Amino acid sequence: MRRIIRFWHRHKWSYFFIAPSMLLFFLFIGYPVLRAVVLAFQRVTLRSSEWVGLKNFADVFSSQLFLDAMWHTLIYAVFVVAAWILSSLAVAALLQPFNNKVQSLFRGAFYLPYVTSIIVISLVWIYIFQPDYGFLNWLLGLFGIPRVLWLQDPDIALWSLILSTILIVPGTGVVLYSASIGSIPRELYEAAEVEGANAVQKWWGITVPLLKPTTLYLMVIYTIAGFQVFERVYIMTGGGPINRTTTIVQLIYMTAFSDFNFGRASAQALVLFAIIAAFSFVQFRFLSTDVEY
Amino acid sequence: MTTEPTTMAQSATLTRTQSAGRNWRDRFWQIVILAILMMAATVSLFPLYWLFVTAITPASSTVKLPPELIPANPTLENVVNLIRLSGTGGLRVLGLENVQMSRMLLWFINTLLLALVSTGIHVLFDTMAGYAFAKRKFPGSNVLFWMILAALMIPGQVTLVPLYLMITQFKLVNTFAGVLLPGLADVIGIFLLKQYIQTMPGELEEAARMDGASEWKTFTSVIVPLAAPAMAVTAIFAFQRYWNAFLWPLVILQNPDLFTLQVGLSYLYNSEFGTNYGFLMSGAALASIPMIIFFFAFQRYFMQGLRVGAVKG
Repeated sequence: MRRIIRFWHRHKWSYFFIAPSMLLFFLFIGYPVLRAVVLAFQRVTLRSSEWVGLKNFADVFSSQLFLDAMWHTLIYAVFVVAAWILSSLAVAALLQPFNNKVQSLFRGAFYLPYVTSIIVISLVWIYIFQPDYGFLNWLLGLFGIPRVLWLQDPDIALWSLILSTILIVPGTGVVLYSASIGSIPRELYEAAEVEGANAVQKWWGITVPLLKPTTLYLMVIYTIAGFQVFERVYIMTGGGPINRTTTIVQLIYMTAFSDFNFGRASAQALVLFAIIAAFSFVQFRFLSTDVEY
Repeated sequence: MTTEPTTMAQSATLTRTQSAGRNWRDRFWQIVILAILMMAATVSLFPLYWLFVTAITPASSTVKLPPELIPANPTLENVVNLIRLSGTGGLRVLGLENVQMSRMLLWFINTLLLALVSTGIHVLFDTMAGYAFAKRKFPGSNVLFWMILAALMIPGQVTLVPLYLMITQFKLVNTFAGVLLPGLADVIGIFLLKQYIQTMPGELEEAARMDGASEWKTFTSVIVPLAAPAMAVTAIFAFQRYWNAFLWPLVILQNPDLFTLQVGLSYLYNSEFGTNYGFLMSGAALASIPMIIFFFAFQRYFMQGLRVGAVKG
């Protein structure tokens, strides 16, 4: 008893400081994660639930729509991650020769589109993609290219979503890459120059390898973001036409809140989690280095 | 990481003085590079530009070719129509149900209130927990911190359905509390503040305790002022996240009087005004102007926040 009192006197303030966050954490993250695992093995309605074993997972993997959604999401993520990494690296590298003022002006310009919501930006893209009086068809028309049904043609809609994502150079990548490039020690370049290295050799031999940690970080967060694409799909195409732009999160949303199949939606979400975790793991394995400079 | 004037810039200055011919060549390349950067920036910023231009273009001109890249007859008719035609409703907070106003304004107030309240609570709780994890040794701290780190890996979609079922059981569907509560549980802020407070010297804290200050007083008068920069970064990203949140409010809110701006915009797009682009863009402009002002006011903190890796996605 005395020990309990002493323990309480020593640590009560520590527990007081973490209590609000931890309560919220267990209530709204910890418990729901465990509940999601349970739900995935149940047939759930708003009023009742019953165990169904692996049925939800069997349904998920035997559903053509889910496999299609996985494929669409994969295509989207691969192209978006590649384009974002390359474009932000290129912009950051091109920015280097300029003074701080010019650099921060451009960094601000590239970051600005990311402070507005995806809903807002997607609404503009809907107008830009509008077949009859949208900006894009007008612009292409000037070069004699015929009218394109950007969001209505089943073979094009997914590419339009990708296009709308990658045409905006990601501000996070530009900011992080230019900070990393700026912190590479000058001596490395000077040493290379003494050895007679040209600009291209310095770029591939020094800059790119030393940026690997930044590349890894960006790749992981962009891959996660790519696999979770939802808002622009929801508002620009709703997954259509004929489900040709349905992505995994769009499908989870539909399964849960149109079909009210909560068990299957949980199973889909867990599969998404597994895919994201697997990709992150592979990226860490192949890209992690212990670069120190 | 620093942003000192860079290697290449300095070595470029050196070589530039070597010969006049070299000088002109450098100049040329600098202009080419600048042109490429400007093109990339123009493409990236075009959607935002087009948003604001369309918002002040008369509705009739938004469905005509060629598009007016610079508005010929700038007008506020879209905004006026938006406020008049988005419907009216009553404010559902602070017992002001009878205050009828345009839904667009209602959504604006709803979003602002939700974002401010969430951000405030969030930053206070995160700072308290960050302080405890950084400076206080207590049984269980390691386990709890590892649980928080592990939770960083779990995508939000996993908890979507269970949270919806919980909020339904609590009878909080279609309430602000239902939107607000789950969002308060967040781990990135705790992590960021712990990392920051860890680097702060402990002497001031000790001194305050010697002077007989209570633990709470020590926290508010020593820790909070010193941790203010990290708190600001956390607050800014939290505010941005709440202001732009979509999926969760979409799931929880069904009564248009309770909508946030983002849900309201999607609602307008699916309404009879869905093809009135001037109308839609003026709504989108109203929804994004506060964030844009916010960004310019706190740009420094945004950039700092990115560099400490505070942002997911």
